[in-house]
Amino acid sequence: MRVTFPHMGDTWIGVKAMLEYLDVEVLMPPPCTKKTMVLGSEHAPEFACMPLKLNLGNYIEASELGANTIMMTGGCGPCRLGYYAQVQDTILQDLGYSYKMVVLEPPEKHITELFSKIRYITGNNSWWKVIKGIHFGYSKIKMVDELNKKACWARPREINRGDTDRALESAKQKIINVEYTKDLSAVHQEVLEIIDQVPVDKDRDVIKIGIVGEIFTLLEPFINFDIERRLGYMGAEVDRSLNLSEWINDHLFLSINKKMRSCKESRMASPPYLNHNVGGHGQETIGSTVLYARRNFDGVIQLLPFTCMPEIVAQTILPGVSNELSIPVLTLIMDEHSGEAGTVTRLEAFMDLLSRKKQKKEVLA
Amino acid sequence: MKVFIGIDVGSVSTNLVLIDNNNNVLDFVYLRTSGQPIKMLQEGFRELSSRLPKDVQVYGAGTTGSGRQLAGVITGADIIKNEITTHAVAASFLVPGVQTILEIGGQDSKIIILRKGVVYDFAMNTVCAAGTGSFLDQQAYRLNIPIEEFGYMALEASNPVRIAGRCAVFAESDMIHKQQLGYNTPDIVAGLCEALVRNYLNNVGKGKQILSPVVFQGGVAANVGMKSAFEKFLQTEVAVPRYYNIMGAFGAAVLAREEALKNGKTKFKGFSVSEEEYRASGFECDGCANCCEIVEIIRSGTVLARWGDRCGKWSSSVTNSERIS
Repeated sequence: MRVTFPHMGDTWIGVKAMLEYLDVEVLMPPPCTKKTMVLGSEHAPEFACMPLKLNLGNYIEASELGANTIMMTGGCGPCRLGYYAQVQDTILQDLGYSYKMVVLEPPEKHITELFSKIRYITGNNSWWKVIKGIHFGYSKIKMVDELNKKACWARPREINRGDTDRALESAKQKIINVEYTKDLSAVHQEVLEIIDQVPVDKDRDVIKIGIVGEIFTLLEPFINFDIERRLGYMGAEVDRSLNLSEWINDHLFLSINKKMRSCKESRMASPPYLNHNVGGHGQETIGSTVLYARRNFDGVIQLLPFTCMPEIVAQTILPGVSNELSIPVLTLIMDEHSGEAGTVTRLEAFMDLLSRKKQKKEVLA
Repeated sequence: MKVFIGIDVGSVSTNLVLIDNNNNVLDFVYLRTSGQPIKMLQEGFRELSSRLPKDVQVYGAGTTGSGRQLAGVITGADIIKNEITTHAVAASFLVPGVQTILEIGGQDSKIIILRKGVVYDFAMNTVCAAGTGSFLDQQAYRLNIPIEEFGYMALEASNPVRIAGRCAVFAESDMIHKQQLGYNTPDIVAGLCEALVRNYLNNVGKGKQILSPVVFQGGVAANVGMKSAFEKFLQTEVAVPRYYNIMGAFGAAVLAREEALKNGKTKFKGFSVSEEEYRASGFECDGCANCCEIVEIIRSGTVLARWGDRCGKWSSSVTNSERIS
């Protein structure tokens, strides 16, 4: 059994670590590139969203390397991603790939449902070891999220362009290289130091932007044109409304860790604009925008893949939220036809809007 | 005399504007880009310099439009600004108190909402380019009407026909269908203008509060048929500023002036750029499966700038030029 799974930002770092801890052979697809997109778009239904297409491209590329088992997340809600595993499985079969698809879904009744799927992948490992493996992978994901957060703070303040990203890359590499649980805390200290040593101008005036929207477009830099880095270079501190560690804690661990930011907060903040779940992250998008406005952020950017139903619902509600709480919102729709130049133009204009607005506010204050 | 220059290299037109120290337009050049941005930029410089009074000295330059990076590298601009900001700046200078800007250019359309002189909100056409200048151009050509007369013909209509305007391709089929049924041309032209305005307001203008004064600018603002269709739908007066087709360049000049005065000097390379040999070449990077298409701007053998790479390997390899963004 050679297991592969689709890319979503840095997710692979944790999942691969978990599987290898349990002596499962892992074959990662190459990072998402234009080739992945071309392969995926060619075989996927035209109006499916980008995640389905990129996943499919990942599987095809991984198969060329010899992978034969796919681990994929599912879901149960109005978001179509819940059925993507089945659709992808059928497409792959039609194309003649021999893959076994294992779908990890938020447990419907009890967490053991998830464990039985993991059991299939992890084979004869003891439960205790499986739990330790999950802990090992999850620790890496938490560290990467922490690093990304620090990088988002440092990027607009760095003295030498690119220092933050070089530090981030080398720190991530250190996390990737950790093989044993006992080394985690030492490496944790080490990587925090690496990123904290980036020379920054702490007093620099930065624009604060919250990024909300669909999780895949938020986490995968290939599909969002590396928006965090771009905005950072333009002078914006970016906060991502969703991190993978938080999503896992909420949806797979059923919020075991109470200290972590939870989607419950953003869902609570969503009414009266949107009073119920519309699938995907639609309600969180509205709620997070409200929370960012309360935290005095300068602006919010909503990201969604073209044809994403929950986010379309949120998109039509956002102008009202934006108006009432006077926080500017920019919506960017991503798909395989999205042009980089157009995205950059909109981001630059949005930054101009935010900084002019901020200047004016300061003059009045 | 102190002057400042604004350059807008757009998909359809390349414009140069010269302003004085009080933001008055002294001269401008409007050229068709015709897919050759560098050549037309140099052409524009040649034309402008031939008309220039002797005592003029350029104290600052700014570029905008989709070719802003290219133009910025070639001319040594003090600022390189996106077209949304420059259009807003220009309109608020020429029409004080403006609250809504409707802008339709060659390949994009946008709406900019200003409140108290500051950009408050904007939107640009996203996944569809139906209803922009290029489409009108194409339809005028197909109906064999010069684009300059297209709008006036719409005004002659007594009973505009309803044309499906959501998609440019279907709009065209619908127009042909109406022609074959025997509707007269002015009614069809007026119907097309209304369809485009409806499409604009339903897509780009969705959820935006359109308050007067409303300004209509961009190349399509030359079309009086579009202007009157906007007035009909919005039930308010729509102003077309005098320099409606060079607003981007004008805005860039105004911002260049601000920037140059702040810095006390300009990076502008002078009108001689029209005589130098510039070349843009491209290659496909084989570093990874992204296969980025890298563009190089070369002046007499030296690479001035590179862009087009996702990873920054090539764009950061040019050290003698400043970062472009």
